[in-house]
Amino acid sequence: MARITMREAISQALWEEMERDQKVFILGEEVGVWGGTYAVTKGFYDHFGADRVRDTPISEAAIVGAGIGAALTGLRPVAELMTINFAFSAFEHIVNEAAKLHYMFGGQFKIPLVIRAVGGGGRQLGATHSQTPDAIFAHFPGLKVVSPGTPEDAKGMLKSAIRSDDPILFIENATLYQVRSEVPEDDYTIPIGKSKVQREGSDVTIVTYSKMLEVSTKAADQLADEGIQVEIVDLRSLRPLDMEPALASFRKTNRAVIVEEGWRSYGVGSEVASRLYEQAFDYVDAPIKRIAQKEVPLPYNRNLEQMALPQVDDVIKAVKEVL
Amino acid sequence: MEKQEYLDLYYQMVLIRRLEEEAAQLYQQGKIGGFLHLYIGQEAVSTGLISARRPEDRVITAYRDHGVALDVGIPAKKVMAELLGKATGVSKGKGGSMHMADVEKNFWGGHAVVGAHLPIAAGLALGDQYQNNEGITICMFGDGATNIGYFHEALNLSKVWNLPVLWVCENNKYGMGTSVERASAVAEIRQKAEGYNIPNSRIDGMNVITVREAAQEAIEKVRSGEGPYFLEAVTYRYRGHSMGDPERYRQSEEIKEWQENDPIGIYHKYLTDEEIATEEDLEQVNNRVENEIEEAIQFAESSPDPEPEALFENVYVEE
Repeated sequence: MARITMREAISQALWEEMERDQKVFILGEEVGVWGGTYAVTKGFYDHFGADRVRDTPISEAAIVGAGIGAALTGLRPVAELMTINFAFSAFEHIVNEAAKLHYMFGGQFKIPLVIRAVGGGGRQLGATHSQTPDAIFAHFPGLKVVSPGTPEDAKGMLKSAIRSDDPILFIENATLYQVRSEVPEDDYTIPIGKSKVQREGSDVTIVTYSKMLEVSTKAADQLADEGIQVEIVDLRSLRPLDMEPALASFRKTNRAVIVEEGWRSYGVGSEVASRLYEQAFDYVDAPIKRIAQKEVPLPYNRNLEQMALPQVDDVIKAVKEVL
Repeated sequence: MEKQEYLDLYYQMVLIRRLEEEAAQLYQQGKIGGFLHLYIGQEAVSTGLISARRPEDRVITAYRDHGVALDVGIPAKKVMAELLGKATGVSKGKGGSMHMADVEKNFWGGHAVVGAHLPIAAGLALGDQYQNNEGITICMFGDGATNIGYFHEALNLSKVWNLPVLWVCENNKYGMGTSVERASAVAEIRQKAEGYNIPNSRIDGMNVITVREAAQEAIEKVRSGEGPYFLEAVTYRYRGHSMGDPERYRQSEEIKEWQENDPIGIYHKYLTDEEIATEEDLEQVNNRVENEIEEAIQFAESSPDPEPEALFENVYVEE
């Protein structure tokens, strides 16, 4: 095992897949000469060359659209959107093309495309650059949407995504890039569409993913000091959504808090809570709680921004309320 | 060109015309649902263009795709079956009129959101460039598509990356009911290609031989590695934008004037005047088409609907 950052994990996955398969290439803004806006592809341009690490104009629709086209010819493009906020400029190509073409042409088209996008708030970037719109993309059948919360999962899931024949939106969180954890050194993969129990406990179930896994873990550590044992289920994939670990945990604890960074309305928490009620109604001992972003465009001011984002204390409070 | 090649062009145009006339009837009878955008009047563009491609050249177009589908070699019965939403249709009844594709024929659809397929076309061309393939990508779209951002992103990218793509604008004078003059800052669409330093030409899209020759020249330019080329084919659709079009935006005299300039009529006259083919030759072709259309309708009508299980098939490659 090696202890590496999330940034290194993602970078290694890309590097190893590009070494393994000539069909894999990267396209996006500043991925090449610059080395990636978040330095994920640093060193790639010199090693793999301009054909395989392709700097694009600022044209998100063309980045994703060209990725779809290249994927149709049998290549395995990794299209990088500088942030997920710019995915709206490519919305047509993500949800109306990538997600539809396999089905609409009766299974003739395959789109082995990965779209990498960085999301999340907390960096004082203001309302247009700080969003967590994951649930919007997870709404569309035909697209797979994943968002890992640990370096180990990020590396293994990105490899699976690159090897998959389906279009996959791979959402990273910028404030997780420096997080470190143990990562296997062999060529491992982690399947798309599988949730995981990241921490075992008997009193309350927290269902979460991505950045909020970190927040929930901190809350669980503090609660453990008070003798409350929290079980944390990490969704990892939003579509397909694997509810089994969350349901099994909930049937054991009978109490759940769902923690997401995006807005509450029509969000991941709404979906997970509904499914818990629908599929495990007899096990409900307390109303399920949802922790999410306040329903405002994120402000620039640091204090205001932090007030809007879910905090460790919010999670602790919610857990105590369902107990 | 051999006599048979001349006759093939005539056959293709008549096949499109007749299939669509029948499709219009079936639509009126309620047997075809959704939207039905007819290509009638524009047959020379697709037919001339596709006749100039090699099998390794990819073709992608917008929603007015029946003509292209027939020209790339999809049997009329599979086109008709798709229009009727049958399991035997080219897209298994899941695409309909606007979404026909056949990977075997290197035909990549049939895309219904205006202009959205242009970035995809750039990607197809990128795929061939990356893999050092001989093929190029031929991307067709209407004049209306040149006003949306995707067009500009795709053209720019194609030039920046020197992609092997032939952009073909079918300027049929109207984007739905809005004339080019009312929607585009330039009435000569090819001027937009100038803005991206892409070599271009504007041709008569009603003459199949003109289109074919221009396409041959353009395709070879693109294949030789010179990068993208832009062809503007000036044409006209006789029918409304789709079957529900009240046509309040144009005068019947205008339609009549263009019909006198009919691509099939022009070509028929050319073939007989130049003594390339006799009236009997052309009548034989007409008869062949009639039989094929009759068979296509029979095939489509007698084909089964997709099984209920098909509803959940092909959402993903890997479930």
